[in-house]
Amino acid sequence: MPVSGLTTRTADPARRQAPPHQAVPPSGGERFARGLRRNLTAHGFLIGAVLCFAVFSWYPMIREFLLAFQKTEGGEVSWTGLDNLTTVVDDPAFWQAWRNTLLFTVLALLFGFVVPFVAAIVINEFHHAQGYLRLLVYLPVMLPPVASVLLFKYLYDPGYGLLNEVLRFLHLPEQQWLQDAALSMPSVVAAATWMNMGGAALVHLAALQGIPGELYEAAELDGAGLFRKIWHVTIPQTRLILSLMLLMQIIATMQVFVEPFLLTGGAGPQGSTTTVVHLIYQYAFNFNNYGAAAALGLLLLVLLAGFSAAYVRLGRADDR
Amino acid sequence: MRTARFRRARRSGAVAVVSALALTALAACGTSSSDNGNSGTSGSGSSGPAAPLDPEAEVTITIDCMPPAAKAAELKEWKEDVEAFNEIYPNVTIEGRSTPGQCLEPPRFTAMLKARSQPDVFYTYFTDLPQVLDNDGAEDITAYVNDRTVPLLKDIDPGVLGSLKHDGRLYGLPTSNYTMGLLINRKLFQQAGLDPDDPPRTWDEVRAAAKRIAGLGDGIAGFGEYSAANTGGWHFTAHVYSLGGDIVGAGGEKAAFNDEIGKQVARNLHAMRWEDGSMGKTQLLKWGDLQKQIATDKLGMFLAAPDDIAYMVQQLGAAYENFGMGPIPGGTYTLAGGNNYMIKKGISPDKIKAAIAWLNHKNLTVGKGQFDWARTKADNLPVGVPQPNFWTGESKKKDDAARLANATMPVANFRTFMDNPVPGKAEPPKAQEIYKVLDNVMSGILTDEDADIDRLLATAASQVDQVLADR
Repeated sequence: MPVSGLTTRTADPARRQAPPHQAVPPSGGERFARGLRRNLTAHGFLIGAVLCFAVFSWYPMIREFLLAFQKTEGGEVSWTGLDNLTTVVDDPAFWQAWRNTLLFTVLALLFGFVVPFVAAIVINEFHHAQGYLRLLVYLPVMLPPVASVLLFKYLYDPGYGLLNEVLRFLHLPEQQWLQDAALSMPSVVAAATWMNMGGAALVHLAALQGIPGELYEAAELDGAGLFRKIWHVTIPQTRLILSLMLLMQIIATMQVFVEPFLLTGGAGPQGSTTTVVHLIYQYAFNFNNYGAAAALGLLLLVLLAGFSAAYVRLGRADDR
Repeated sequence: MRTARFRRARRSGAVAVVSALALTALAACGTSSSDNGNSGTSGSGSSGPAAPLDPEAEVTITIDCMPPAAKAAELKEWKEDVEAFNEIYPNVTIEGRSTPGQCLEPPRFTAMLKARSQPDVFYTYFTDLPQVLDNDGAEDITAYVNDRTVPLLKDIDPGVLGSLKHDGRLYGLPTSNYTMGLLINRKLFQQAGLDPDDPPRTWDEVRAAAKRIAGLGDGIAGFGEYSAANTGGWHFTAHVYSLGGDIVGAGGEKAAFNDEIGKQVARNLHAMRWEDGSMGKTQLLKWGDLQKQIATDKLGMFLAAPDDIAYMVQQLGAAYENFGMGPIPGGTYTLAGGNNYMIKKGISPDKIKAAIAWLNHKNLTVGKGQFDWARTKADNLPVGVPQPNFWTGESKKKDDAARLANATMPVANFRTFMDNPVPGKAEPPKAQEIYKVLDNVMSGILTDEDADIDRLLATAASQVDQVLADR
């Protein structure tokens, strides 16, 4: 028999786990209600966001998915199976739009990915006026896109545009920048790169500034020059940011719409700047064919989702 | 105990506040839409559709394209018309809705139809009828429109009314109509030694005149054309019609422009652009661009509807005296179009009757509403543009006389256009999709000196065949 009651109580694990007033465990419903009460404020704060996402994001996505397989005629909505997809694929502009979109993506990555990265490296090397340079690079992003596009429209104008003025001054042949089927897409890419590179350059710059200086010092001691330092230190150290930016830029550039729409009216000379999103816009708002627009949107979504999934998988494999 | 209660109360209060904020935000994010119900309505239209509106029935109708505040004179006239209308129909409340800028923008219009948020009485273009019917958006008003509800019905151009019918049923009432002609800059014509009172009547004459105007230099183009945003295809259609050609064959299943007429149109434009250099260097133009050029004396001629002149004067600050108009060169057919009001499907019979009474008062009575030219002149608004032009018979005589008596512009500048009417022809089926394809023909001709016209037309024809096959 234990001598001290205190000793006995503290030594009894069952009593410690279940004090007398909580002897009966709560039911599932009670546990749920108690949890709900405990997190009531948090749930309250979530309501707005969840409702907004549900109404303005998730519902439209579901609706788009359904629309891709529906047709509205005389106010009657009917299921059409794959008819909308067939319509879209049979459209003469379909393959041209995909070719143009891929061309834009490749060119935009070539310029729009490399130029901001190089700009960030250059700015990072400056010890003075870095703030001023950052502002200078970011300034175009702050301009409204329409204003920037109009600026480029003026630059590209074959009659009074600045670029042809320069060519004339240099006694070089004038170019039909936006009106030449071969030049129109690169011209659009140049405008888009100028308009959007500021944001990417700042992200790259932030990543560069996080690289420890000792790594460069060690590389220098090993005799590395500028390009070897970039290749062996800068790129590996910013690999994560570079990969993320690459993915985001591919997703953004595949959805290009504003720049060709404003610079060339969307289609461009002989359809040379027709992009997939422009075609979606045409289906929905010019042809009143929401089904076809949704079907093409779905194809773009599948492609981008597939690309993102492949990217994530590759990233994981790489990490292992 | 007190603390726990306080905490619960505080938590409940926070939830209430957050919920209220969320609901307020959602309400603010939302858009109002006109319901299908009969709000503000009593009375059932029991006297049958053909009878005029029962004066005892209290009705409220919503209607779009009320002039915005920026158009003060037009808004004043609208309010006066509502007041005059309410003297006859005190039981009807007109709720106007205005949109700054262009009243009907196709993307917004399409979305509005899909959301069924159009007002009770909504503005459309003639070409919108199939789209509206596909969306089950308009009421069949055949039974409501007769010589009691619209007394001048017999004097409305049957071709114009025909544009608002489908399978013999009427779905709208016109507000305006147009036929395309050749708009000229009189100052440039005079400077180039051309007679502005005798605009070119054939495409050969257009080419010769354009060459002379472009010869003035200083970046002036003789003739301008669209080649982007589907407007290039629209104007290619007008060119083809002017020479008696067609875009879609009689069966409606095959393209009809890849023929000698289509090639003639394409060759003529290509020659003007590249051989004569009379079409300017800047291409890929769309609606609005040529208007700016001609308003600033940088363009001699282009195909246009008469109301472009009012746009250039009112919006771009040009002077009426500077413009003239002739019939479309070629003169076999010209592209015709216009705009109208339709009535939302599903609203009550009394609302439909009230809407028709309002449209009759505002848009379809000679000497009243939009045809009160004396008032228009007094309000410093333009009088004399040959548009709308849908009256026939006695109504036309009266309206033409009133227009002439109150003209605020030299109407003689449009006499060639008025005296030489060209039969109108409607746009092809699936117009926008076909125009998208034909934009490539126009942009090919106007941006590529080495354009292969036969190939461009053959490619476009096969693409249009495909578009038509998907109907």
